[in-house]
Amino acid sequence: MSATMNIIVNGEPRAFHAGGSVAALLTSLGIDRRKVAVERNLEIVPKSAFDTTALTDGDKLEIVHFIGGG
Amino acid sequence: MNKITAVSQDTFIVAGREYRSRLLVGTGKYKDFEETARAIEASGAEIVTVAVRRVNVTDPGKPMLVDFVSPKTYTYLPNTAGCYSAQDAVRTLRLAREAGGWDLVKLEVLGDQKTLFPNVVETLAAAETLIKEGFKVMVYTSDDPIIAKKLEDLGCCAIMPLAAPIGSGLGIQNPVNIRLIIEQSKVPVLVDAGVGTASDAAIAMELGCDGVLMNTAIAEAKDPIKMARAMKLAIEAGRLAYLAGRMPKKRYADPSSPLAGLI
Repeated sequence: MSATMNIIVNGEPRAFHAGGSVAALLTSLGIDRRKVAVERNLEIVPKSAFDTTALTDGDKLEIVHFIGGG
Repeated sequence: MNKITAVSQDTFIVAGREYRSRLLVGTGKYKDFEETARAIEASGAEIVTVAVRRVNVTDPGKPMLVDFVSPKTYTYLPNTAGCYSAQDAVRTLRLAREAGGWDLVKLEVLGDQKTLFPNVVETLAAAETLIKEGFKVMVYTSDDPIIAKKLEDLGCCAIMPLAAPIGSGLGIQNPVNIRLIIEQSKVPVLVDAGVGTASDAAIAMELGCDGVLMNTAIAEAKDPIKMARAMKLAIEAGRLAYLAGRMPKKRYADPSSPLAGLI
């Protein structure tokens, strides 16, 4: 069994496998990476870096997309 | 024929991009995404505002706006609705740029929950940061010509004063201020917020606005699709009337039929 870590995704605590990437997190959540932007500890994670950005314990992530608005 | 040609070439240019429609619409408050898509199509708008919000992590498979209103067909204009500080607005638009890859944005920093009036101090600070970072900023602001000028001097690509509070539908409450802003600005001026019905949109265009941005007036009409079409026609009618140049107002009557040859 691989080790887990605790991260915060959109304000909710969540367990994820230690060292997993942003891309792996999006896949595990069933989110289409083309339609979202990700912020990690207040820093933008460029889409091009989703695969290479490893998450660490305690990371705070925001995953956002476009919705209807005026 | 020449006049018709001239009008059809009357395009709206913002941040170097050319558009045929001078009506910009929001995508909020509709019953569902299908109605949103149909209303936008009926409006003829080419630029649509969108909000940036958290993905619903527990139900990510839900339909998304992009599936109904394609960013390939429409220019998405991400907004900062709900932001009350320059910091939050800048953070939101950095995410929007990453999500969509567009640098044309609508900046609005609110100052009060009851009136949704802009906080112009925070708006100026956010505009400065965003422009330094390469964003093309269309800015929602008060109808104060001095602030409008400061925002233009900072490098905003469009000035968008309110006509009345957001979502109020009260119409153009401040034609004198709007006209002052139009006269002094070298970038496009759009009325953003406050339009209630078609005549309001026509009045904004007759004043010389380059365009109008609206959401609630269409979305909260009993028949949003019909109202979207009404707004399209009103914007075109108002623009044509502005270009045509209205007759002077007179205090007394002036007969339309010649007096010569009366029996």
